[in-house]
Amino acid sequence: MARSDVQLMLDVKAGDELSFELLLKKYRTPLVNFLYRMVKDQAAAEDLAQEVFLRVYRARKEYSPSAKFTTWLFRIATNLALNAIRDGRYRQMQISIDAPRDEDEPVIEIAAQETRADDRLIERERNEMIRGAILALPEKQRVAVILHKYEEMDYGQIGRILGCSESALKSLLFRAYETLRVQLALLVARPAAQPAGEGKQS
Amino acid sequence: MNCEKVSNSLISYLDGRASAEERSGVEEHLKSCAACRERADEFRRLWDVMAEVPAVEPSFAFDARLRQRIAATVRPKLWTWLVPSPRLAAAVVALVGLSIFVSMQPNKPVVVGNSAPNSEEQFRMIKDLGVLENYDVLSNFDALSDLPGVQATPEQPEQQKPDEPGSGNGES
Repeated sequence: MARSDVQLMLDVKAGDELSFELLLKKYRTPLVNFLYRMVKDQAAAEDLAQEVFLRVYRARKEYSPSAKFTTWLFRIATNLALNAIRDGRYRQMQISIDAPRDEDEPVIEIAAQETRADDRLIERERNEMIRGAILALPEKQRVAVILHKYEEMDYGQIGRILGCSESALKSLLFRAYETLRVQLALLVARPAAQPAGEGKQS
Repeated sequence: MNCEKVSNSLISYLDGRASAEERSGVEEHLKSCAACRERADEFRRLWDVMAEVPAVEPSFAFDARLRQRIAATVRPKLWTWLVPSPRLAAAVVALVGLSIFVSMQPNKPVVVGNSAPNSEEQFRMIKDLGVLENYDVLSNFDALSDLPGVQATPEQPEQQKPDEPGSGNGES
């Protein structure tokens, strides 16, 4: 029978290194992806994800299962990522939704002219635009969107990670998605009105 | 529900986590509000667009690097506690070994063993030197017997004069 995350962590607390390996195996990819969406750069995301696991390991003796393991894990990850961004450690890796878009526009135009010739370039540009728009969100909105959309966490859990009520979170998410809808209007618009992304809309 | 109230429930309605009451309220509003209906459609497309961004896989060296970091930050605590012990143990072993070696040394060299009695004999000779010198004096005493009996006694110290350093030894 598979042990729960909390049980695994309690086993780690009791000195079982193998349980730590299991938790690492289970959450390494989600954590790296969460942090990658927070700081943009994969190397930086991996560095932070390792720091998260390191803190979990260090705190194993004091661990008490007061919340879901993932809530605890992502709260550590969120705090680390936000501190790193505020410290400016990964500032150079962030994308401003305004400035880089101006630089990207000619590329997108070129890509639009060569849609059939270079689909991968378009896809890359689209991904960059989406990631850039998410990164440009205010910190709390960004965390909420990533946890909601990509980690598919429930409102209660995201609220506990961010330290806000469920209704405040719903309002936060609405504002965040509204901003993204406007910023990514080019991609979100109806397929008929967007020749460049025609083939990409599902 | 009005547009403002719908905005708070729209996300949970779209992701399927709204309560039955919320859901029916939103659906009712969307039927009559084209703007909110359009926004709801765009939110759905936005989520589809966001889903296009592929997930990344942690690099091959992720686990190894993590283990390295854990070893570097956690084990040093053990090391700082343990490292002096081997050194201390090595020092103690070296000290014990050295003392054993040193204690075994006197039995090994024959020279040292033989030198002890020699020096003892020498010490006895030096100790008895005064007696021997006195013995010389006494043994030469026959020569003095030729002298007149009255003069013999006062002259005795004069006879001893040249041997004064030796006699000093004998007296001491």
